[in-house]
Amino acid sequence: MRTVVDLTRCQGYAQCVFLAPKMFELHGEEGLLYTTAVPDDQVERVRQAAAACPVQAILVGEEVGGGAR
Amino acid sequence: MPDDLMDGRIVVVGASLAGLRAAEALREGGFTGSLTVVGDEPHAPYDRPPLSKQVLLGKATADTTELPMRRDPDADWRLGVRATGLDPLAKRVVLEDGESLPYDRLLIATGTRARPWPNPEEAALDGVFTLRTREDAAGLAERLAAGPRRVLVIGGGFTGSEIASACREMGLDVTVTERGPAPLVGALGGTLSKLAAVMQRNHGVDLRTGVTVTALRGNGTFTGAELSDGSRVDADVCVAALGAIRNVEWLADTGLAAGPRGIACDAGCRAFNMYGIVTDDIFVAGDVSRFPHPLFGYQMLSLEHWGNAVDQAEVAAHNMINPGPLRRPHLAIPTFWSTQFGLNIKSVGVPTFSDHVVIAQGSLEARRLAMVYGFQGRVTAAVTVDMAKSLDYYRHLIETAAPFPPPLGAQDRAIAADVPIPSDVPDPKGLSHGPTVALTGYLPDRRLTVVPPTG
Repeated sequence: MRTVVDLTRCQGYAQCVFLAPKMFELHGEEGLLYTTAVPDDQVERVRQAAAACPVQAILVGEEVGGGAR
Repeated sequence: MPDDLMDGRIVVVGASLAGLRAAEALREGGFTGSLTVVGDEPHAPYDRPPLSKQVLLGKATADTTELPMRRDPDADWRLGVRATGLDPLAKRVVLEDGESLPYDRLLIATGTRARPWPNPEEAALDGVFTLRTREDAAGLAERLAAGPRRVLVIGGGFTGSEIASACREMGLDVTVTERGPAPLVGALGGTLSKLAAVMQRNHGVDLRTGVTVTALRGNGTFTGAELSDGSRVDADVCVAALGAIRNVEWLADTGLAAGPRGIACDAGCRAFNMYGIVTDDIFVAGDVSRFPHPLFGYQMLSLEHWGNAVDQAEVAAHNMINPGPLRRPHLAIPTFWSTQFGLNIKSVGVPTFSDHVVIAQGSLEARRLAMVYGFQGRVTAAVTVDMAKSLDYYRHLIETAAPFPPPLGAQDRAIAADVPIPSDVPDPKGLSHGPTVALTGYLPDRRLTVVPPTG
């Protein structure tokens, strides 16, 4: 699974950092760094973080796979 | 009629953020026809912002930034093959492998590429980089991890400043050269760029402003550079962060209004031809486009922003599968962000479309502030530093064309203390990188003469 954060929406509430600290990290006071490739044991935490984000800035989904040549 | 638009052949040229989001939106909107996405890089769509942050810091590898899909767009992905031409009359896209793809509607989302160091021999030296693609980021991250003695960054725009920030966070010595008076001056104007300069110097960056790099030195391997002030910088790694070039060359001689400033389109993302006549089957989205925006004097805007690629791609996709009366305009307020030297810099509106600024909240000294930009007595932009939650409020002021300086309720400082000062937006010609927002409306690339068709 992959994730991407719409940082134009992110307002630094840091709910994701609280719920999935291995995947989301504050950089300074309110800048956000995140890990894009979600390992299996973090999938549930990232889903919780996406649900809890007050501005709904976290998108999770599958990467573009087959059909590429 | 709408039924027809939901079927047929759509080709999207460009397989990055805008191309992917458009493909998803086409299916979400009910398009059931054939969909082909062409991309010149051999990768599925990936996210670029982490490349100059997480990846350089070694917190992620460059090959893990693929974008997630919101839904499978059920597209035929043609990756690793470049589009080299377009025949708008026969409605075909020509690929470099000779194939020609027929389309009923075409979306151009070819984006930009890094502007290379202008001297090809010097650019080919081992240790000289640009930063735009996954490969660029992987190569640069590897060099930084190896612990070079010094890194030279040419250009103090967002990319250059983020690279310098990553270097300092890794404990590497770094020199930044900027032809203008301060870093980020082209995007934020003179006043806020002073804070950027202070931040860089406080974090130990060897910042050289008002100079250009005249030559890169090295015998096969980069060893240093010479500057216009006669000084020399010894370094092992060099990153040319000189801004972007729009990928429009493949459209030469197609009759489209495509030039170095991008492809002109209307507010509905329909491309103009060179005579200013709107096409009805060719659409444009993302960094490569330039479009009129009523809040900024209907100037043609070119935005190299993540959010614009997403918004514009969705509008373009909607308009490709809906008849005229149901089409939507792309009027989103430009927004961008940058994380550097521990600060979260966010912008809404167009800071370069301004004549004055005022600090509405916080202060330069506190390293936490909201600066509001105005043009002819109207709020046109705001930039926050570590104050992201205020941004929505300023977006509202911009959307409603609120008077500048903003009313008292909009700030936590007495207005009398904050006499607006000139925003000091420089001529982009004086910068070593391009601004990420280009106002292109009043500067046509060339004059055109109407040539009547013959025969």
